[in-house]
Formats: sequence, structure tokens, C-alpha cells
Amino acid sequence: MEKSIFDTVPLEQFVILSLVLFCIGMVGVLRRRNMIVVFMSIELMLNAVNLLAVAFSAHRGDPSGQVFVFFVMVVAAAEVALGLAILVMIYRNVKSVDVNALKQLKW
Amino acid sequence: MEQVIFYGLALIAIVGALVTIFARNAMYSVLALVVTFFAMAGLYLQLNAEFVAFVHIIVYAGAIMVLFLFVVMMLNLNSVSSIVSNNASVKWLAGLFGLAMAGILGYGTYVTTLPARGNNPAENGTVKVLGKMLFNEYLLPFELTSVLLIATMVGVIVLTKKEE
Repeated sequence: MEKSIFDTVPLEQFVILSLVLFCIGMVGVLRRRNMIVVFMSIELMLNAVNLLAVAFSAHRGDPSGQVFVFFVMVVAAAEVALGLAILVMIYRNVKSVDVNALKQLKW
Repeated sequence: MEQVIFYGLALIAIVGALVTIFARNAMYSVLALVVTFFAMAGLYLQLNAEFVAFVHIIVYAGAIMVLFLFVVMMLNLNSVSSIVSNNASVKWLAGLFGLAMAGILGYGTYVTTLPARGNNPAENGTVKVLGKMLFNEYLLPFELTSVLLIATMVGVIVLTKKEE
């Protein structure tokens, strides 16, 4: 068995850390009304999942997990670019980035 | 020593995340998130995942957060007055949901037996190994990401173009 971080820090602690980060991101999505901060909270949640994938990949000794993290990063980059473009367009139309500014879409 | 570094990085990541969601000014949120991302890159390095760590810094801290900063500065949000008053009950409910989610996930972690540890050679996270995987087993998804990126690029340009 090669020497690794799991000799001193068990896998459970990585799982708990990513759990905490994911829940912080979720609270941010639910609580903030600024759309930019909501986007950043979504990024935080994606990163928590990435951390979990890399931790399990290193734990099992299977590099496939890291390839998947790479794909998640690509999709996250595309998502942010599109999301911010939509946000800029919303700002041009309603002069606000408040999530409640788009109430007309409700019904 | 490894343990101390792990706890330090974890603490920095969590504090950065908390500042991100609680800061009043969107600019502070962006900068705190950059700190969180650097701490996570350190964690990836501890896990022997060099490729992911460097791509993480280049893509997240280098590209995505710059995009966020750019939008925050362009919209100049400090001059925008908020339309609706703060609803206190929503904030408490959000915290409650977060705690409930943490409880559910924590319980799930507690009752699940984690898989046995495998042997992880140090070269598993290097560019050499991952590059070979990307161009063999994962060649089709890898090429498809280029289609995704070009479609995104066209979409973004169409969306943000000012109408004549």
C-alpha cells in the first residue's frame, strides 16, 4: 500500500467537509435574492461534489473519477458563461438583479 | 503535519464559503469564493490530484471568477436599490432547510459503509495518466465538450448582443 493522505485523514472527513460546503451553498441559493450570489452558491455546490469525487477517486485508486471532475468543470464553465449572459440581459430589461424582480414569470 | 494542513485548508474553505453567502457586498462574495477555491486546490494537491488542482485554479479562479468580477463591476450594483424588502422568515427557513439537508446527508454518511481502500499510485492524478484516459476511453465525451463550448459561445454572443 502506497503512502497517502488517507493514512492520517480518513475518507469520512473529506465526505463531511464536502457535505458542509454543499449545505452552505444550498443555504446561499435559498436565502440570497441577488442573482449573482445565487450563481456563486451553485458554483460552491458543484465544487463540493467535485471534491467528493476526487476524494473517492484517490481512495479507490481509480483515475476515472478525476476525468469526470474535468467534465463537470467544463459544464460548469459553460453554465456560468450562459447564466451571466442571461443575467446581463435581465439587468438591461428590468434594471435589477433581484430574483423577485421577475415576478411576472410566476403564473 | 498532513492533518494540520488538511484542517487548516478545510477551515479556510468553510470560512470563505460562509463569507460568500453572508457578505452584503457582492464584491466581497466574489473575493471570498476565490479564497475558497484556492483552499480546495490545496486539498486536491493533498489527494495527489495535480491535474485537477491546476485545472481547478486555471478554470475557476482564472476564468469563472474573473467573469463574475467583470459582471459585478459592469452592473455597478451598489447604486441599485433593492425592490422588495427583506423577508425575515425566508432567511430562517433557508437556514432550517440547510440544517435539515445537512442532517439527512450526515445520517446517510453515518449509516453507509464506505468502500474498501484501494492502492493509489502517486502517478494516478498526473497529466500523463489522465490524458491517456481522456484520449482513449473518454474520447467521445471529450470531443463532445468542444461542441458544448462552441454552442455556449454562440449562445452567449447572441444573448448579449444589443438589438439595433
